[in-house]
Amino acid sequence: MENLVEAKALTKHFGAFEAVRGIDVEVRRGEAFGFLGPNGAGKSSTMRMISCVSGRSGGELKVLGMDPGRDGPKIRARLGVVPQLDNLDTELTVRQNLQIYGRYFGMSRQRCREKAAELLEFAQLGDRADHEVEPLSGGMKRRLTIARSLVNDPELLLLDEPTTGLDPQARHLLWDRLFRLKQDGVTLIITTHYMDEAEQLCDRLVVMDGGRIAAEGSPSELISRYSTKEVLELRFPPGARKPDLERFADRVEVLPDRLLLYTHDGEHVLAKVHEQGVQPVQSLVRRSSLEDVFLRLTGRTLVD
Amino acid sequence: MQTLKASWAGFEKSWTWYRRNWQATAVSGFVTPVLLLVALGLGFGSQVESTALIGGVPYVQYLAPALVVVTALQGATFESTYSIMSQFLWQKSYVAMVATPITPAQVLYSQMMWIGSQLFVRSAVFVGVAALLGAAAGPGILLAIPLATLAGLAFSAPLVAYSATLEKPDAFTTIFRFVLMPMTLFTGAFFPVSQLPGWLLPLVWLTPSWHGIELARGAAFGTLDLLPASGHVAYLTALVVVGVAFGVRFFHRRLAV
Amino acid sequence: MTQTLDRAGQAKPASVGLLWRVIPPGLYGGRAGMLVERSVVVNRRAWFVLIGGAFEPMLFLWSLGLGFGQMVSSVAGPDGRPISYAAFVAPALLAASAMNGAVYDATFNVFFKFKYVKLYDAMLTTPMGPMDIAIGEISWALLRGGLYSAGFLAVMLGMGLIVSPWALLALPVALLVAFAFAAVGMAATTFMRSWRDFDLVQLAVLPLFLFSTTFYPLSVYPGWLQVVVSWTPLYHAIELMRGLTLGVVGWGALGHVAYFAVLAAVGTVVAARRLGKLLLD
Repeated sequence: MENLVEAKALTKHFGAFEAVRGIDVEVRRGEAFGFLGPNGAGKSSTMRMISCVSGRSGGELKVLGMDPGRDGPKIRARLGVVPQLDNLDTELTVRQNLQIYGRYFGMSRQRCREKAAELLEFAQLGDRADHEVEPLSGGMKRRLTIARSLVNDPELLLLDEPTTGLDPQARHLLWDRLFRLKQDGVTLIITTHYMDEAEQLCDRLVVMDGGRIAAEGSPSELISRYSTKEVLELRFPPGARKPDLERFADRVEVLPDRLLLYTHDGEHVLAKVHEQGVQPVQSLVRRSSLEDVFLRLTGRTLVD
Repeated sequence: MQTLKASWAGFEKSWTWYRRNWQATAVSGFVTPVLLLVALGLGFGSQVESTALIGGVPYVQYLAPALVVVTALQGATFESTYSIMSQFLWQKSYVAMVATPITPAQVLYSQMMWIGSQLFVRSAVFVGVAALLGAAAGPGILLAIPLATLAGLAFSAPLVAYSATLEKPDAFTTIFRFVLMPMTLFTGAFFPVSQLPGWLLPLVWLTPSWHGIELARGAAFGTLDLLPASGHVAYLTALVVVGVAFGVRFFHRRLAV
Repeated sequence: MTQTLDRAGQAKPASVGLLWRVIPPGLYGGRAGMLVERSVVVNRRAWFVLIGGAFEPMLFLWSLGLGFGQMVSSVAGPDGRPISYAAFVAPALLAASAMNGAVYDATFNVFFKFKYVKLYDAMLTTPMGPMDIAIGEISWALLRGGLYSAGFLAVMLGMGLIVSPWALLALPVALLVAFAFAAVGMAATTFMRSWRDFDLVQLAVLPLFLFSTTFYPLSVYPGWLQVVVSWTPLYHAIELMRGLTLGVVGWGALGHVAYFAVLAAVGTVVAARRLGKLLLD
């Protein structure tokens, strides 16, 4: 399968600060690829290098088979970029934002008009077409930014934290739009620090931490490789001494307010815990998630 | 008494801000008028052959008291537009103030006190510099300081009230261009209004700058008569009172909880 | 106006080779015109503000005719012969308004789009590069400035202040002057960190406006100050403009033109490189 992005030992530093410390990444055509990691893991820096708006400090990078350093404009002509913070043109209306952006790609006015109408539909902003951008809700702005990134029918769509700051309803609406794009064969690269988002959207992902890649695989692969099937969460009152339950589970993680017991059968372990006379404030058995993978790999939680 | 105390608290807030950011206002408030006085008063003044039109006095002395007023008006305009909007919309400091026992009316009073004191200080500094440059016709120019402050407030108060009703700053450019600029050029600061076509004069008489310039120049040259002087002062005071009255209403409406 | 478009069109292929050497590759997508198109769309709705910009210099001109001119009957013109005060100041105001408009567009407006609405970040995710942005913004400033200058010249003509066919060149010269100031202004903007730094713009532009022989001849200054003033950019613009509208044109005019051509070239290159550095890091 053809690789749209190939990075080898890619690095980026700003002065003495190393944001990306040598990563190897391959993104195949047609897949949804994720960078999962906490804020400051180097995800956005990597995205900026892939979208050819930031030069690399070292290593190799090929996007759509070309070198971003030399063919930036040519590559960008075939990319769609959704930045972390909306940068819509506040001096233009919703429709004009799409039309003028199309013009930046050198599309004809006629084509821009058609495309704008089509994308307004896609983003469910038809009734706001001739409104100002500023008063739109966060979710609407986000959808408009995504619609804008699709103006040039990109082969590769880069989304940097697409749903950060949105309420649950707006997030689901957005995910739905992204699924449709995936079905249409658009290759997606997504950064996120939400594990549910990564699990929902990504076929394959890398877990980033401190500018390095900690693990790579599909969500289910990563979970089976780095975690157990189930997790028992036991919550204790703040400040209470947590009992030693190491012997009941494959692995135990101690968080400030909770114990996480990794096991293939949570209910069974819970029963044994109760037998010991341990009385947590709250207990919960759940399936393992990427959050657990991250915790295992880095010893830290994703969102803190 | 309570009102005064609360308004004073708001004033202190402005002063705290100013201590950190005074350089910004120094340019618009001090450097600009001094440059104007030098360039026009001395530079252009050197080209003036016939001073009959301005009553036979040196041009720089003719210009100086009027420039005090014009500067005060320009300062008042800036303090009453973006600054007001910012405190409602961007910095939201008004919103924060009414979360304390301070009422919207007191917020307005403290703002007007702040603007007034700014205008007074700027005018005083400018008069000082003008005197050093030999632009003072006599000690009467000292009166231009409170008079310019009054004229500035007379423009500021209605403008603050208007700014309190706006959601976007777009109208400000229009005000600067179509009100402030003509007022600067055509109300007697640089040349007597007698040069203007007659139909324009009633419009000129409506402007606070014309009243302010008449007062300041009259005071500087000691040619002020009691009757016209009290007329000018009354008009300017009326503008302040009406402006503040509207301002209190609009501030209440905007900051009502 | 067609003139600028033609010039921009012709200049491109010739200058690309040179630009390639001064500017790292990948910074120019050849689509600066799209940025101008954006400005046209934005201003179509704000035409009132656009037209309003022409109002200010007209007011100045009018105040000259009415007031100042009555106090100063005549001033020494460029060739030493006395001319009316209005004829003396009008071309200077034309030059000054070309400067003011260009500086305003290239500093405040650019800074706002750059720092606050992140407009250029969005543009750079398209095939456009920083060079497109620099050229596009400057071109728009020029189009707008050209419009104002044309209006101003028309009023001057109506007031009988234009006495020479050389004045036809005043419009392209106004554009060149605006180009130079816009380019330098934009380059300066890329060094600014906050709105407070714009006081420095004011501190540079206002003295230029007031002291570059706009309102009175150079002879008012003592000798050493004359030398200082004669180095400043607006002085060159005013000299050039006065010569053209009054029909006093010599080879020296080419020197003034060269002065602005250099400013324009240096400004554009610095602006594009700095924008590239700031936006593409």
